[in-house]
Amino acid sequence: MSLALRRHTVLPGFGIALGFTLLYLCLIVLIPLSATFLKTFSLTWDAFWTAVTAPRVLASYRLTFGASFLAAGINAVFGLLVAWVLVRYRFPGKRIIDAFVDLPFALPTAVAGIALAAVYSTNGWIGSLFVPYGIKIAFTPLGVLVALTFIGLPFVVRTVQPVLEDLEPELEEAAATLGASRLQTFTKIVFPTLLPALLTGFALAFARAIGEYGSVIFIAGNLPMVSEITPLLIITKLEQYDYAGATALAVVMLLISFTLLLIINLLQWWARRRRAAP
Amino acid sequence: MTEAVLDPRFTLPVRTVEKATAEPRWVRLVLIGLALAFLGIFLFVPLAAVFYEALRKGVVVYWQAVIEPDALAAVRLTLLAAAISVPLNLVFGVAAAWAIAKFEFRGKNLLITLIDLPFSVSPVIAGLIFVLVFGLQGWFGEWLRDHDLKVIFAVPGIVLATIFVTFPFVARELIPLMQAQGTEEEEAAVVLGASGWQTLWRVTLPNVKWGLLYGVILSNARAMGEFGAVSVVSGHIRGLTNTLPLHVEILYNEYQFAAAFATASLLALLALVTLVLKAVVERRFGDGG
Repeated sequence: MSLALRRHTVLPGFGIALGFTLLYLCLIVLIPLSATFLKTFSLTWDAFWTAVTAPRVLASYRLTFGASFLAAGINAVFGLLVAWVLVRYRFPGKRIIDAFVDLPFALPTAVAGIALAAVYSTNGWIGSLFVPYGIKIAFTPLGVLVALTFIGLPFVVRTVQPVLEDLEPELEEAAATLGASRLQTFTKIVFPTLLPALLTGFALAFARAIGEYGSVIFIAGNLPMVSEITPLLIITKLEQYDYAGATALAVVMLLISFTLLLIINLLQWWARRRRAAP
Repeated sequence: MTEAVLDPRFTLPVRTVEKATAEPRWVRLVLIGLALAFLGIFLFVPLAAVFYEALRKGVVVYWQAVIEPDALAAVRLTLLAAAISVPLNLVFGVAAAWAIAKFEFRGKNLLITLIDLPFSVSPVIAGLIFVLVFGLQGWFGEWLRDHDLKVIFAVPGIVLATIFVTFPFVARELIPLMQAQGTEEEEAAVVLGASGWQTLWRVTLPNVKWGLLYGVILSNARAMGEFGAVSVVSGHIRGLTNTLPLHVEILYNEYQFAAAFATASLLALLALVTLVLKAVVERRFGDGG
């Protein structure tokens, strides 16, 4: 459909609008982003490979991607639950709680970071509850998981919610008339319909988490090899004037982000097709 | 017989149907409880902690932290960065949506994907790219130094990084909205003799005003709260290149917790205002306004 050429139209301003759009896009986004790729070409392949596979870097990948994956998983489970409760049930304060789901989008990440560090440290409101069991949350990899769960929280709720609202009640009624239990109806009828949206939300939360910086660094402890995330390592290298090393890491992160963006687009296309023809 | 059917006490069949697609009461209560507990642990308790920690040492300490000159300078810089980046991205969003929603051309889907690109870039990398272009080692580094201009570790860099991270907000609200509205109204206006600008001001923009406002609210919240990208390009010079989120970080790292949380509470208030405005606009949106 993008192959169709401009139709005849009486509307003016196509040239100036598209021209300005492309110019602005190139100046702000495309040219600066291309700088990372061009900068990496100043490295030899061996130097690039050594920079992106050093033990400290590998440890940061494990933490960043592992914690992001777990956090997105937690958000998939609880995001589905929150969306279900908000769409299906009535309880006092529901509207306000619905609005608060977007708090992680609105609250600056630095504020979230120091707040979570305060609450989850060993003398914090929630962290102190875990001290008797010998569990430390803040300043350990567990703290990274908490911060990434916080910032990814709205994604699954907001992707699943509209699909759940549009769900035809007839499907569930038919299942019930045919003798399905409530659990069977959910697992066999409702869940498959929600799956594309749920996966999209998971992927969005995961993509957001791997790049996250502000909320994590305050609660992580930032110990090399243990609780140091990849974005922090990029900043550390920049502060040591290792521009090539920082850029090499950035290129790896960008390539992964763009791959995720492609996957998310495919998932959204799948979800739209599912909704159009169930 | 007929009386029995009409009697409201005999509505059993209807109620059975309702029950068959609803969970038992205890399941509902458990699910609501679990959902609220999750939101409480991750959202409400941390938010409450910001205000509790901010006011723990008393109102006087709070007030002093807020009116301290470095804090006020940070407020000014934060407002300046938002005042430049939000209008620029607003103009861009309207132009992009006009081209994409009102005309057909090749590569439209690619263009939409590229506009969304800044959302999938880590904030740290968003800062790094401007260091690579304008930093001392960067493409324009020597030229800028020779002309005594500073972008990185100065205000222009902070503004650029803010523009980058808030780039897609207005455009991604307007594009689907204007696509759904079609072109008939604008075509009617033009055929009746309106100029392009008149059509934009009198027909298109009034039709999308709530979507536009929604995008502006979201991009403003992000512009004032951005931390990672701004942190890379700022250089953290107190009173000069510190935005509010960076000021929070400095105070926190100096163990001035009460002051750090006092400053953070200003940003938390901004977030709450954003959520309220967003909910109001969403309701207007729903009314088709």
